[in-house]
Amino acid sequence: MTNHWIDIKNSDCILIMGSNAAENHPISFKYVTEAMQRGATLISVDPRFTRTSSKADIYAPLRSGTDIAFLGGMIKYILDNDLYFRQYVAWYTNAPFLVKDSYAFRDGLFSGYDPKTRKYDKSQWGFQLDDRGNPKMDRSLKDPRCVFQLLKKHFSRYTTRVVSQVTGTPESDLIEIYKTYAATGAKGKAGTIMYAMGWTQHTVGVQNIRAMSIIQLLLGNMGVAGGGVNALRGESNVQGSTDHCLLWHIWPGYLKTPRASNTDLAAYNKKWTPVSHDPMSANWWQNYPKYAVSLLKSFFGDKATAENEFGYQWLPKVDDGKTYSWMDIFDQMYRGTIKGFFAWGQNPACSGANAVKTRMALEKLDWLVNVNIFDNETGSFWRAPGVDPAKIKTEVFMLPAAVSVEKEGSITNSGRWMQWRYQGPAPMGDSRPDGDIIMELGARLKALYEKGGTFPEPIVNLKWDYLTAGKYDPHKVAREINGYFLRDVTVKGKTFKKGTLVPSFAFLQADGSTSSGNWLYCNSYTEKGNMAARRSPKDAVNKIGLYPEFAWCWPVNRRIIYNRASVDLKGQPWDQEQWVIKFVGEHKDGKWTTKKWIGDVPDGGWYPMENPDGSKRSDSRYPFIMRKYGHGQIYGPGRADGPFPEHYEPLECPVSKNLLSAQLTNPTAVTYDTDEDTYNTCDPKYPIVGTTYRVSEHWQTGVMSRNQPWLLELQPQVFVEMSEELASLKGIKNGQRVRVSSSRGALEATAVVTPRLRPLKIEGTTVHLVGLPWHFGWTMPKSGAEKSANLLTPSAGDPNTRIPETKAFMVNVSRL
Amino acid sequence: MGKSFLIDTTRCMACRGCQVACKQWHGLPAEKTENSGSYQNPADLSFDTYKLVRMKEETVDSRLRWLFFPEQCRHCLEPPCRDEAGDPSAIFSDDRTGAVIYTIQTRNLDADAIREACPYNIPRAAKDGTLAKCDMCIDRVENGLLPACVETCPTGAMNFGERDEILALAKKRLTEARKKFPKAVLIDPDDVRVIYLTAFDPALYYENAMADAGRFDMSRKMALRRMARPVSRGLSRMLRL
Repeated sequence: MTNHWIDIKNSDCILIMGSNAAENHPISFKYVTEAMQRGATLISVDPRFTRTSSKADIYAPLRSGTDIAFLGGMIKYILDNDLYFRQYVAWYTNAPFLVKDSYAFRDGLFSGYDPKTRKYDKSQWGFQLDDRGNPKMDRSLKDPRCVFQLLKKHFSRYTTRVVSQVTGTPESDLIEIYKTYAATGAKGKAGTIMYAMGWTQHTVGVQNIRAMSIIQLLLGNMGVAGGGVNALRGESNVQGSTDHCLLWHIWPGYLKTPRASNTDLAAYNKKWTPVSHDPMSANWWQNYPKYAVSLLKSFFGDKATAENEFGYQWLPKVDDGKTYSWMDIFDQMYRGTIKGFFAWGQNPACSGANAVKTRMALEKLDWLVNVNIFDNETGSFWRAPGVDPAKIKTEVFMLPAAVSVEKEGSITNSGRWMQWRYQGPAPMGDSRPDGDIIMELGARLKALYEKGGTFPEPIVNLKWDYLTAGKYDPHKVAREINGYFLRDVTVKGKTFKKGTLVPSFAFLQADGSTSSGNWLYCNSYTEKGNMAARRSPKDAVNKIGLYPEFAWCWPVNRRIIYNRASVDLKGQPWDQEQWVIKFVGEHKDGKWTTKKWIGDVPDGGWYPMENPDGSKRSDSRYPFIMRKYGHGQIYGPGRADGPFPEHYEPLECPVSKNLLSAQLTNPTAVTYDTDEDTYNTCDPKYPIVGTTYRVSEHWQTGVMSRNQPWLLELQPQVFVEMSEELASLKGIKNGQRVRVSSSRGALEATAVVTPRLRPLKIEGTTVHLVGLPWHFGWTMPKSGAEKSANLLTPSAGDPNTRIPETKAFMVNVSRL
Repeated sequence: MGKSFLIDTTRCMACRGCQVACKQWHGLPAEKTENSGSYQNPADLSFDTYKLVRMKEETVDSRLRWLFFPEQCRHCLEPPCRDEAGDPSAIFSDDRTGAVIYTIQTRNLDADAIREACPYNIPRAAKDGTLAKCDMCIDRVENGLLPACVETCPTGAMNFGERDEILALAKKRLTEARKKFPKAVLIDPDDVRVIYLTAFDPALYYENAMADAGRFDMSRKMALRRMARPVSRGLSRMLRL
């Protein structure tokens, strides 16, 4: 979230789309309800009328997988009716930037597409640069090559009539929603978006979010209270795991995993450190080498020296152009190239797309270690219904893990708040905290490698000193993540003693004198103590629910990021009542003379861009400090599938043509080509759109909730929701068990026949949609009859993130 | 004066945290359930389920509504079940809170008659005839805590406090709700300690959401009659056997 949970209460209009917050993030409704009491409008857009929709002022259905068409229509509506926040757009976004002549968009394809590699040459999408290397701009937004004009042209095709034909949303609903949401473009008004996997899990997942980001920038909703782009994370600590980069392509703090072509540390730093020649651009990533070296020092301690590139060569490099994401791992496992696997706190046999393929992949392993609080479908895949254990070679180990309340440590919530938790009861039986399991695993590996082995340095040299009295010590790890001064140093006129904690990332160094396990968390555990453990109920001066002394939030306790966009050029808030920050420096003769911001921690404490007399200041910075050019990106030339979002059909779809272009599906979508990877569009065997989701009563693959009798009582069986019309067509009665199938797999489910789903008119024909929760699996309930909905879903993915498209695919439903 | 609840269904999103919190606090076992084509489960209140979020899909004024009704004992001011029982060792109203409490002695009562007496069809019997229902978490309340269902509610649908404060809150919430839902009502606020606020006609939510008209008066008269002849109750049970 750019904002945070409590801040939802400050919104004037809440759009819940691509998420079902009432069911999957019920606590968020405390703040949604509070906003509504203050007069906010709640809009719910979902293929299904959900518990969220039940509370909404406006509900509209749409066909799963057509969100860009829906949002593209809103962009057009905002532009056509001049509802955008002009000053904000002209000064804080890249709308005025001029784009190179090589950028073009023709009938569904951007320029630079290579059909052989299915990739774009993104260099064709760059900006026109002046002789200093800065983008040329037209702040009047009139130049035909400026982003603003290109945006207008791009979305001119997205008329409400066409959008309605694509999405199935009635035109009158579209207009009502566009009008209501676009009203937040007025100065002092804020609209927010609450989204989750309903937007991300598509072959156009990233562009779904991009489309909404464009809307938020056009309406001036970024950086303000009650605004922002808010991803509701799927688990309590998913934000933490992302920040610490438990993903293949990034290192802690969103640093890049080195590519093979980054042959040494200098080349690595050069490749990933952006350079801006604009003195007004903070270009914060210019500090990249400081964060990278501090991380290496944290990994390898004294063994990391300037002479050995701080151990850079001990870290694995990924091959250029290759990907190693979740679906790639299981594809490789299926092909037999991966021999061993740790399933740690997860259940791939149920959670991953195309569970049939995943389970076959597990059979190819030599060994599998399942670390979990219960046995699950992954650990027991070898004795699943229909599997002959005698034919499985994989050796499976179960390591019982302690549950969250049995451990001390931190979690980071969606709002980027790092919150410390104390230990409740001691772990049961032989179960152990994950930290202890990892520490012992590392120690055993080190002992083995000390006796020899291929390339032992990375393991042998790893700093591994997080035990206290033989036990994993979360405080030692938290301090390591914050970082230390490793020798007496003087930075910015302040002297710090060796061994003291670094007060914030502004003091990290690239010369090996500091360590930090994650630069973004530098400031979380300082000489003042464990900031995440703070529990003061005191609000900040602006009284908008920032609670700056409750827990800690990255970066540097800034509760609303991009907050310098919440003020005008003179540093005064657009919204006088619910302001985030405010410049209160002294001025003389129309010029600011002292620097002082109040409210939230500002995105950099520079002077505002203008003096009180309207003259420009050269010692200021643009507000979007993490962007190379300092501006919010309406135009995003770094994405794999285009600088603007474009509607493409899901890889499996019910239509043979895309009404918006000649290009049916995302030309850069990720697909796989084993026998288990099938994709079916307009196949009469699978005529119904399928989608998956979660319910309040269960959690992820249900390992924690299916084993909890009170929760199983509430939702005992996998079900498939369908409209009354479809049920009558298929002769299905409410509550009956039916078969749901795709070309990949099938399962039994209980039919929930409901007016909450209705057939949609798509391009003049009737399209039916069904949905299933993916919480179930054969191990529990004991009947073994409740199976995973991921048996149906395809291994198709987004080209930027490689997230699977589990929210829109094709199925059939039949009576048993 | 005692205590009261306000259950503001306009704020209920059926997360069912209250339903689980109730089972957790009372240590009640889970029932073996099936999906019958609805999210609502268990299908009904039972000896092991004191709190149940009922769910209904209704089209009101040509707009689809999903109506949620977190049901529990209303803790009547003059509880007909208590009067029907006529045995304070089995059913009594707690002096301080007004909670209507069932004890193990309910096993000696005529369960059907007690159930029949309830204007909201709340009490449920075990196989041995013992009756059970919501006890207002009286053990929590006596110790200064909120009832478990109220404690867990994230949106302010479940509210609990001194009766005068709850009545004032109910009026305030009703006024707010009527801006969006002109037909919003409070259900039987003068007769019960668990006051529901519904956006639409209560009958749309659940057939027993509201007491039958005149039910309280009738049952009061009946109770007086029965209290005058406690022996006949035993006799009628014997005859039924």
